[in-house]
Amino acid sequence: MDFLISIWEWLHEYVQYTIYSGVKALIILLPLFIVVAYYTYAERKVIGYMQVRKGPNRVGPKGLLQPFADMFKLMFKEIIIPTNSNRYLFIIAPVITFAPAMAAWAVIPFDDGLVFSDINAGLLYILAMTSVGVYGVIIAGWASNSKYALLGAMRSAAQIVAYEIAMGFALVGVLMVSGSLNLGEIVAKQSGGLGNWFFIPLLPLFFVYFISGVAETNRAPFDVAEGESEIVAGFHVEYSGMTFAVFFLAEYANMILISMLCALLFFGGWLSPWPTVFGDGIGWLFGKTAVFMLLLLWFRATFPRYRYDQIMRLGWKVLLPVTIFWLFVEGVAIYFKVGLFV
Amino acid sequence: MFAKIHYYLKSFLFLELLKGMSVTGRYFFGRKFTIQYPEQKTPISPRFRGLHALRRYANGEERCIACKLCEAVCPALAITIESEQRADGTRRTTRYDIDLFKCIYCGFCEEACPVDSIVETNIFEYHFENRGENIMTKEKLLEIGDQYEAQLAADRSADAPYR
Repeated sequence: MDFLISIWEWLHEYVQYTIYSGVKALIILLPLFIVVAYYTYAERKVIGYMQVRKGPNRVGPKGLLQPFADMFKLMFKEIIIPTNSNRYLFIIAPVITFAPAMAAWAVIPFDDGLVFSDINAGLLYILAMTSVGVYGVIIAGWASNSKYALLGAMRSAAQIVAYEIAMGFALVGVLMVSGSLNLGEIVAKQSGGLGNWFFIPLLPLFFVYFISGVAETNRAPFDVAEGESEIVAGFHVEYSGMTFAVFFLAEYANMILISMLCALLFFGGWLSPWPTVFGDGIGWLFGKTAVFMLLLLWFRATFPRYRYDQIMRLGWKVLLPVTIFWLFVEGVAIYFKVGLFV
Repeated sequence: MFAKIHYYLKSFLFLELLKGMSVTGRYFFGRKFTIQYPEQKTPISPRFRGLHALRRYANGEERCIACKLCEAVCPALAITIESEQRADGTRRTTRYDIDLFKCIYCGFCEEACPVDSIVETNIFEYHFENRGENIMTKEKLLEIGDQYEAQLAADRSADAPYR
């Protein structure tokens, strides 16, 4: 032990810092991977139950080892690179989707002060990271040299441009009431019980944010980017094995991220709804996140896919005007210090 | 005017979405209809059309008289029959092949047969491991018929009132 400590002290300060950060990142990411794995299992179970089926129940007790079976299957599958595709972009596209989906978790606070990187522009960073992910989708679609992949990528690009704006504006509402870009401070502003959570003054913005979040992650009913009935699998039609798995991982990590952001920004994060009865804690955050994660699955089991022009109509002609209107209301209310807008 | 307000109210309160989600939410807790296949099986109709068989009479004589009606009626041309006169003067098949890759399991051969010789059993779990095993020869068909004669007779008598 002394030996290890002496090695540690012998290391350069920067090396120490790198190792320390790496370990911290692993502490966040490894549980995230496990949650992603079991989120896919939960998705298949929940959707199965809603379709009066039982879902996977063969691998392990109640099918609990199914995610690992899927994972090993994907790991041992061959990665096929199509002829005339752009090889480097083809390989790098899943990474471009995956890396931001992981990097965004750096600024997510799990409890008071329990955050990888407590930066002031946390919300801005998250917006940037979730936007970078779409480049991976577009590059994947282009590099595949397949018409279906290209169509999927173009749909995805147009959709994300449309919904990013509404999403960003919805977050502007959060900034206006909280007065901070730091996620920890935004949560702290909501302390004092259920009545102080931002979803009450910002209810329309919360709906806009959640709907755009579903659209951002390319989930049903906004999954035209991979609409299997018309363009097979969209942007990842040519991907197999681990490259496909990485896209998959990124999509589910993004879903969890959107759910957690909803919990943090609008539902008080780790704050207890009745602070006098129950204490605050990390469990509240995870519970609230789980509710939104379940909602995403529920949406997928319920709603048919939007038609492409309907998606554009919803994004530009409904969500955006609603957000701008509510921002105006909010601005006026804050100026005159009305009710919850202080 | 009122209709417009009603429309906006309905869409902004997500009423229809909630209605849809309540349907799936109810089914989430409903009874599941999955049949755990290798352990549980669905009931099979006596009219089920599975693997073929050639039947015999109770005295052991094969029923088929090589009339070739099944060969003629087969829409997939899956049946091949060759025949010659046996020593006792009756006509019998020397070759009766069904190519299971061609067969579409329509049951016309069974319908056409005047002596109820070629039948389709309720066997649906079978597989081939080598090339050529898809051809059901006369021997294989008779063997299946002998093995499942009780079941085949029961199925035919159950369906007899409706023919």
